Formats: sequence, structure tokens, C-alpha cells
Amino acid sequence: MRIKIEPRLIVPKWMSFLGLIAAILAALFFGGFLLSYGGLNPLVAYRQMFTDAFLRSYSPSDTLVKATPLLLAGLGVTVAFRMKLWNIGAEGQLLIGAWAASGVALFVMPPETPRPIMLLAMGVAGFLGGALWGLIPGILKAKLQVNEIISSLMLTYVAILFNNFFIYGPWSAGGFGLTRSFPRTGWFPRLLDFVDFVPAFRGMTAHIGFLIGLVAAVILAVLFRRSKWGYELKLIGDNPRAAEYAGVNLARHIMLAMFISGGLAGLAGMSEVAGVVHRLQENFSPGYGFTAIIVAWLARLNPLAVVLVAYLFGGLLVGGDSIQPAGIPLMIQGIIMFCVISADLLTRYRIRLVRPKSQELEALDTEVTAG
Amino acid sequence: MTQLDTNQPYALVMRGIVKRFPGVLANDHVDLALYPGEVHALLGENGAGKSTLMNILSGLYRPDAGQIIINGEPVTFNSPRDAIRRGIGMVHQHFMLVPTLTVAENLILGQDDIGFILDYTALEAKVAELSQKFGLAVDPHAKIWQLSVGEQQRVEILKMLYHGAKILIMDEPTAVLTPQEVEELFKTLREMAAVGHTIIFISHKLDEVLEIADRVTVLRRGKVTAVVDTAHTTKAELARLMVGREVLFRVEKKPANPGNPILEIQNLNAKNDRGLPALRNLSLTVRSGEIVGVAGVAGNGQVELAEVITGLRPAESGKILVHGQDITNKPATAAIDRGVAHIPADRTGVGSAPNLYLDENLIMKSYRHPPISKGWAINLSEAFRQAVQLIKRFDVKTPDVKTPARLLSGGNLQKLILARELSREPEAIIAVYPSRGLDAGATEAVHRRLIDERDRGSAILLISEDLDELLSLADRIVVLYEGQIIGEVPPKDELVDEIGLMMAGTKIQAGD
Repeated sequence: MRIKIEPRLIVPKWMSFLGLIAAILAALFFGGFLLSYGGLNPLVAYRQMFTDAFLRSYSPSDTLVKATPLLLAGLGVTVAFRMKLWNIGAEGQLLIGAWAASGVALFVMPPETPRPIMLLAMGVAGFLGGALWGLIPGILKAKLQVNEIISSLMLTYVAILFNNFFIYGPWSAGGFGLTRSFPRTGWFPRLLDFVDFVPAFRGMTAHIGFLIGLVAAVILAVLFRRSKWGYELKLIGDNPRAAEYAGVNLARHIMLAMFISGGLAGLAGMSEVAGVVHRLQENFSPGYGFTAIIVAWLARLNPLAVVLVAYLFGGLLVGGDSIQPAGIPLMIQGIIMFCVISADLLTRYRIRLVRPKSQELEALDTEVTAG
Repeated sequence: MTQLDTNQPYALVMRGIVKRFPGVLANDHVDLALYPGEVHALLGENGAGKSTLMNILSGLYRPDAGQIIINGEPVTFNSPRDAIRRGIGMVHQHFMLVPTLTVAENLILGQDDIGFILDYTALEAKVAELSQKFGLAVDPHAKIWQLSVGEQQRVEILKMLYHGAKILIMDEPTAVLTPQEVEELFKTLREMAAVGHTIIFISHKLDEVLEIADRVTVLRRGKVTAVVDTAHTTKAELARLMVGREVLFRVEKKPANPGNPILEIQNLNAKNDRGLPALRNLSLTVRSGEIVGVAGVAGNGQVELAEVITGLRPAESGKILVHGQDITNKPATAAIDRGVAHIPADRTGVGSAPNLYLDENLIMKSYRHPPISKGWAINLSEAFRQAVQLIKRFDVKTPDVKTPARLLSGGNLQKLILARELSREPEAIIAVYPSRGLDAGATEAVHRRLIDERDRGSAILLISEDLDELLSLADRIVVLYEGQIIGEVPPKDELVDEIGLMMAGTKIQAGD
């Protein structure tokens, strides 16, 4: 008996969807062991997490808050991954986007600037900051064939130290790892701002960032499906040599994709400082840019699916906050990623058990020996 | 189905082999019987089931039904290793050699019983003995990358003999060889047959089959259509058995009526991927309404020439003009927009996007301009509509338009590429190995299309390593050797030897 792995010619859509579901269930199953090792009853813990993430009156708002940066950064990752450009530095691009937006809010625009203009300026700065940070590995890849996986990841650590320099140094509020708070005009509108009109919004911190992400997702979905650029990304992703043959300028597309990818991650950072923390501070992102990679991959690089997956992962983060020990969501994320990659393999290949001799042949053999 | 006489002393019998793939019956009760010491040709179009049958014989696939009997003993193979142990060796079209290792080192790869310490002296003695015996001259110390294609093939054969192969499968062995190298190969094959080895010779080249084989098994659509002695058959009969209808060997064409120069190449120099000179001072003009054939052994600058013209590879110096306009070192879109079509050598690696649908593959050259483009967007319904038409017009066999290109057979993929390139009514066509690996039917279709384009007034540069193709299609033939054009001849059958010599680098004045 041998095990043989052979590729499937066609992978049906339902199978790849089923693979995802199976991967998530398997991840929860394996995660359960780790939870019980940590002294928790997995069923109780999961129910607690699920309830807090999705079922309580404030769950949608809390989950949206966590989902927003995942959505924007996840869309950014999607753009690059579509052409098989492995930008795994979304975290760094997010940080630089937050830095640029903070700089604009605190030091460039006067505090009395009208809110729409202030927020627009911060948004542009956030996008450009992330975009330029993404462009660095883009240029290196396009011009010198430097591996973008390594350069984009390494630049994340540069970004962390870069931000720390500012929040502990020139921008620091009293030497702590944070800046002073933005003027009110630099805050995203939140649900609780409308409590006078809708009393149920009391205490709800979901902000307009998710709507921006939703719009971006729709725009990207249309571009991917209908535009020349979307077609070119797909062509490059499938066969870069065929794309070159079709007259596509690979270098320019690599740089453009990294620019947009980084820009969206930068917007995620801007949305986080304008919508949640209202200042730049150390560790304001619990690795949103890294989780965004899992989000994009789980969503099969489909921008509309990114919205859904980002929401689910937001729920995972909210639910994880409600149980001890902390770090559970991170662990489950990791297991989900492993399971998803395994499920990918299983949907694209099939495993067959090969018996040394099939019955039919054995029968034939006896026949021949007898004759 | 032919009946096998099991009393004959066959070296190998494959009986009632059935192999089914999703949607295809690749082998439908195929019988194959080989005598010891015979050269047996396996003839069939692409998709006829030759490769499947040979993959079963060499242990890569397991048959769904049927049996394999070697020297009277039934066997089952669970892996290529089992097949090798039973004395079956396959020389693939693409060599399975490690370029950075020496000949001797390559020979012992995959051997079971090598000890911890290698006995090179014994190995080399064995290699020398085998080379001597079968006229397979190679230096055991040479690294594979230093060898010519013909020499590499000899190493592959030696490897199989060294592993004890008694039954040797040669998969289209002549595709990459010069006429002279083919002669040497045939001498070796005859010598091996003379001492009792059995050779299975896979080919679609009928002349070669008639020259080298003793008997021929013809496959069509997974079934054996005939087993014939080459002594009692003709090329026309074989072709009919293979294709199921009469095939024209010479495409009928009117005399060329060359017009203005369309494509002018002046003193072109370019490098290959390894940074070595690939084209040296090459000058060539192709006029409207003529087909200029470029003959040469693969690797003498053919692919680089096509790439430089189409803007995929930079020129070091020199000029490329289309209709008098300089497109040297311009982006690939410059050539595309000036109507230069490119049928690339590598259909799957360059000419198509394997996972994209047929309509998406068909708009690769036209998506930038109306009617396929609509401002920033692509008119998807127009692309689909055109695809439906093109697939019909160019006879691409596919279940539907929304099929990934990788599921097309070689011939159909080439038709798809032709559909894309020729439907734009190109001014010039760069066709590189356009019929390589295609069966007779698909080859004929490709040739017909190219002649039609010529008659429409297109300037065609036909790069091929198939002399038959060049002789039947081209209006004049230039020979490329080490990046230079070393001669030009008219396409006359009696000049084959001269062309062959020039392909091997000998400068001669032929045909004048």
C-alpha cells in the first residue's frame, strides 16, 4: 500500500469553499486542545468568544472596530497578491501610514481646520505614506529583482523603529511612547457621536473607516473584474512571461501594485489613529498588517470576500479579548492559516492509496499462469 | 483489435491496455507486441495515446486494465524504478540530465546499489565499453552543459543501457537533431537492435519511421488502427492510417509575389539569457507576401531573434524597422501596435496564460484598443463574442469559451494562439516552431493559415527546425548558425544536404 499525491485537473468551486470551511472547523478543533491544555473548557471558551463577538448588542460595533484595519490592509494585500507579488509588509506600511496621518493632524494642519478637510488631508497623507513605504520594495523588485518577501518584511521592522523614534523623541508627549491627542477635527465620526439621534448608539465606537473600506472593496472588485488594469494583474499573476509577450510593462506594474497595496495598508493605519486611538502610540496595531495576509488569502483574493472574512476575524479578536489567557486569537489565527494552506493542497491535489496489485490484474495473472 | 499470437517469442507484449482519464479514454484495449532485436515505431497524432501507453510501460501510470508481459513473464509496475529493473528505459524528449554534473555522474543517478564510495574507475570502464559497442562517443568526464544536444541524447541512451535497459523507448528523438546527427542516431539504434535490444521509436515523421523501423503500430484516438511491416507500406498509407484521411505532404501554394520590404533587420546584435552573444551582426529583410524560412539547430539564436524583433529582448546594437519605422528597443507594444504578430516557440510558457479562460487568452494583444477596450474598462461581452467567433473560425476544439487554456491539447492551444495573432490581420508574422509537437492534421492547418496570410500580403518570418516544413512553406531559406546567417538557399528538396551542412556550421555556396 502506498500513498500517492496527484494533481486534480479541475478544482470545483464548491470544493475550494468546502476546504475553507473544513479548515476553519479543523482549526477550532485543534485550538480546542490547546485551550484545554491551558485549563479552559474549549466549548465554554468558544461559546463565550462567539457570544461576545457576534451576539451581544455592542458586538457588531466592537467587531467592526477590529475588522476595519483588517479590511483595508487585507484589500492592500489582495492587490499585490493578485499578481503574485508577495507583499507581506502591510504591517510596516500601515505603521508609516499612521505616522504620516498623525504628522499631518498634529503638525501640518492647524487644529481649527474644518473636519472634512482635516480628515481628507490625513487620509491622503496616510495613503501616500503607506504607498511610498510599499514602493521601496516595489522599486527594488522591479529594477534589481530583489525578493519582495524579504524586503517588505524587513521594512516592517524599520517602520516600527522609525515610529518609535518619533513617539519617544520629537513627537513624544512627556517622554511616553505616544504623541499628544489629535485635535477633535482629526477624529473619525463614530456611532456614539450620533447618540442624540439614535440612543442605541450609546458607547458604540465603530467609526467611518469601515465604510471607507467597503467603498474601496467595491471599487477594487469592479476594477479587478472590468478594468484593463485588473486584467493585466490577472495575466501577470498567471504567467508573467505571457504578460510581457502581451506588451504589459512588468516593472511598472510591480511598482504600481506595491504603491496601491501599501497605500491601502497606510489608509488602514490612518483609519486606526483617526478612528480609535486618536494619537500615534507604540503598539497600537496588534499585527493587523500580518493578520491581513491571512484575511486576504482566506478570501481567495476576492475584495468582497475580504469584507466578510475581515468581519469574522474582527470577531475572533473581540472574542479573544473576552477570555483568558490572552493570545488565544493569535494562536487560532495561526492554526487557521496552517489548516487553510493544507486545505489548499488537498483541494488542488488528491491523495490516493495505491495497492501494490489490483484484483483485476491478479486475476489476469493467474489466468495467464494457468494457461 | 488485432489478435496476438502468444506462441511467438515476443520480448514485450502489452495486451488489452485500457487507461481512462477524466473525460478521455486515452488507451482503449491497446495491444503492442515487440520481437527481440526489432525497431518498432509507434505512430500517431497528438492525443492518439502514444505517450499514455509509453508512460504505462515505463511505470509512470498504472493501466486500468490489461497486462504487460516481458519475455513471457507477466509483470506489474508500481513505479518507474520497477520498469527500469525489468529492463525498460525511456529517453524522453526533454532530457532528464543534471547539467552541472559529468556524464559519468549522471549515469549513476537513480541507481539502487551504489555503495557509499563510488568506484569511478569501474564506472568509466563500463561507460567506455558501452560507448564503444554502440558507437556512442562521449567523454565520461565532460559536464552535461558543455555537450551538444546530440551528445546529450547519447548520454541519455548510455544511461538507459547502463541501467540494463533491453527495451528502449525513444520519444521523438530526432526533433532536436541535425540531419547528420539523425544519421548517427539511426546507426546506433541499428547496432543496438542487432545485438538483441528492442527499440520503440515514437515519431510523427513518416520518412524516418520508414527508414529506421522494421514494423509500425499505428494508434488513432486511443486504439490500434494497424500493425504493418515497413517493407510493405508507403508514406501515404501510414499517414492515412494515422489521420484517418489522405494528407497532403506539400501544401499547395501559388508562387510568391513579394512586395515592399515590411520587416528590415540591420546589423542586429543581442545577448542570450546568460549574457553571451546570441545574435551577431544579423541582417535580414522580409517583404510583403513572402515567407522567409530560418533554418538552424535549436539554440543558435532563433528564439532570441524572435524576441528582439517583438520587443521582448533588448538589442545591443543594430536596427529593426517595420514599414520603415524604427522599433528597436521600444516596448513590446510598439511591435504589437505596428501589426507584428508573434507565434512564440513556447506555447504554454509564453504564448498563453494557462489558468485564464480562452476569451481572456484571446484578448491578450487586443485589449488595449476598441472594440475590446471601452475607456478604462474591458468590454467583456465583446471579448466573449469575439472569442466564440474565433474559436469557430480557427476550429479550436474546446467544451466552451470559459475553459482554462491549460486544458487544451497542444494542437488546439496552437490554433488558439493563431486565432489571436492572425485575426488582427498582421503586417508581419514571426512564427517560431509553429508546428512543433503538432500532429499531421494540426500541422496542415497551421501551414494553410500561414500560406493564406502570405497571400493576403503579410511578411512572414518562419523559424523552424523541421526542414520538411521549411522546404514546403518558405519562399527562401536562410540558415542561422551561432547567431549569424551563414547562407541562403532556395527551398529545393535536393538541397537538404547543403542546408544540413550549413546548420552544422559549414559555410558553402549552395544552390547558385
